[in-house]
Amino acid sequence: MIRWGMVIDLDKCTACQACVVACQIENNIPPPSPEEAAISRSIGWMRMVENIEGEYPHIKAHIMPVPCMQCENPPCVKVCPVGATNKSKEGIVDQVYGRCIGCRYCVNACPYTVKSMNWYKPAWPKEMMNSLNPDVTVRPKGVVEKCLFCSHRIQKAKDRAKAEKREMTPDDYIPACAETCPSKAISFGDLNDKDSTVSKLARSPRAFRLLEELGTEPNVYYLREGA
Amino acid sequence: MEALKPDAGSVRGKNVAKIRDEILYQPILKTGKGFYMVFAFLSLVVLFAAFAYFQQFHKGLGVTGLNSPIFWGIYITNFVFFIGVSHAGTLISAILRISKAEWRRSITRSAEVITVLVLFFGLGNILIDLGRIDRLLIVIAHGRFQSPLLWDVVSLTTYLTASSIYLYLPLIPDIALLRDRMPGGFRKGLYEVLALGWAGTEKQIHYLEKGIGIMAVTCLPIAVSVHTVVSYVFSMTIQPMWHSTIFGPYFVAGAIYSGIAGIIVAMAVLRKVYHLEDYFRAVHFNGSSGSCILLT
Repeated sequence: MIRWGMVIDLDKCTACQACVVACQIENNIPPPSPEEAAISRSIGWMRMVENIEGEYPHIKAHIMPVPCMQCENPPCVKVCPVGATNKSKEGIVDQVYGRCIGCRYCVNACPYTVKSMNWYKPAWPKEMMNSLNPDVTVRPKGVVEKCLFCSHRIQKAKDRAKAEKREMTPDDYIPACAETCPSKAISFGDLNDKDSTVSKLARSPRAFRLLEELGTEPNVYYLREGA
Repeated sequence: MEALKPDAGSVRGKNVAKIRDEILYQPILKTGKGFYMVFAFLSLVVLFAAFAYFQQFHKGLGVTGLNSPIFWGIYITNFVFFIGVSHAGTLISAILRISKAEWRRSITRSAEVITVLVLFFGLGNILIDLGRIDRLLIVIAHGRFQSPLLWDVVSLTTYLTASSIYLYLPLIPDIALLRDRMPGGFRKGLYEVLALGWAGTEKQIHYLEKGIGIMAVTCLPIAVSVHTVVSYVFSMTIQPMWHSTIFGPYFVAGAIYSGIAGIIVAMAVLRKVYHLEDYFRAVHFNGSSGSCILLT
């Protein structure tokens, strides 16, 4: 069985935020109004988390892209009262928008704060309305949403493989952020396959995961900077 | 039924007690100007709240000012507060009944009414907090028992049922008194149904006392469990500050504390407005404040 995983090399990452934009376009994430963004209401499945040390001009900035960690042991799945968020067989933490009652318990339980609430009905500028991705549901107001590793692309890859009368391989599918990354900092693939790029990188001495001590077992690995 | 009547005072004669009890019927038989003023004011508050909720329902939870990472705000705070206050009633009156504290008699009724009403306020806050109230029934159809929120649903409905029964049982003889007094009309019929044919016979008193005793003993563990479960909603997550073992006892102690304070406020208001100085006496205020000090 495939276990999807992601490795983000922080040495290669230039913090250009192309992955953020690609994610917003791919997954029909509405751009927030400046007022909403100011009170931290913006929805982002891929976010840039920054840690800036020192005073200008002696400044050192650490910037890392943070998608959903797709934990092996997800705290959000445990607390959902209706099973609207659950763990797929291939290791992706799903969100069923039609089941979600909007209690926001999972959002509170997530230690990475990567889940977002739809505070209002999503809205786009008029010009963008015709360029929404037809493969991805537009979420209604009052439900929680999160990064799904572009799981609609898995379904497409499976359909394509079936049409070509073959099994789907991990190479058939890649999420929008990893596809877009110009410096190839994001690699994506099957963590269960020992020879895959991600699984080799995940075993490198530079690899670490966020808040590992919580025991959530994230499937997203980072490679340490300057090591 | 002696046990369920307000303290008659052994020093005074029976006639004095009868005249004195007359004052207890006044609020039900007569409606003053003050009542209508308070009623009108509170109706305005309710109308405004309904308007505000309609706004939220129409536009989305964004109107509340919640954001990320403050996903739960005043609604959940209110919920915890009201569930806490609700502990006053049933817990206090059950403890006092079991420990046979004789001075309890005049305060148990107000305590039990506070419990049942305030539980509804708490549940209401949970409902208006939901982003998708239209999908509420999914909780029943597809509930996951691994989630602390479902434990909450179960314990709160149990508590609501138990405390409503515990409120109603001791009310039966008093409803019968009102039934006998009412000249007629809709309320007479209502009281006749609610009094369940109470005639005050020895057998009826025996069964009623037994029922109240059973409910008092049942309510105690339920009341303690309810607030422990409310605290589990927070402490079962791995959020810093929430993930703490002290939450259960802390919530229960805090609940009883604020509950007793709620009773004291209610007693003070009832005493002034309905001139019940003979019923809510210094001993009741001393006793309740003593329990508050005990818990600090």
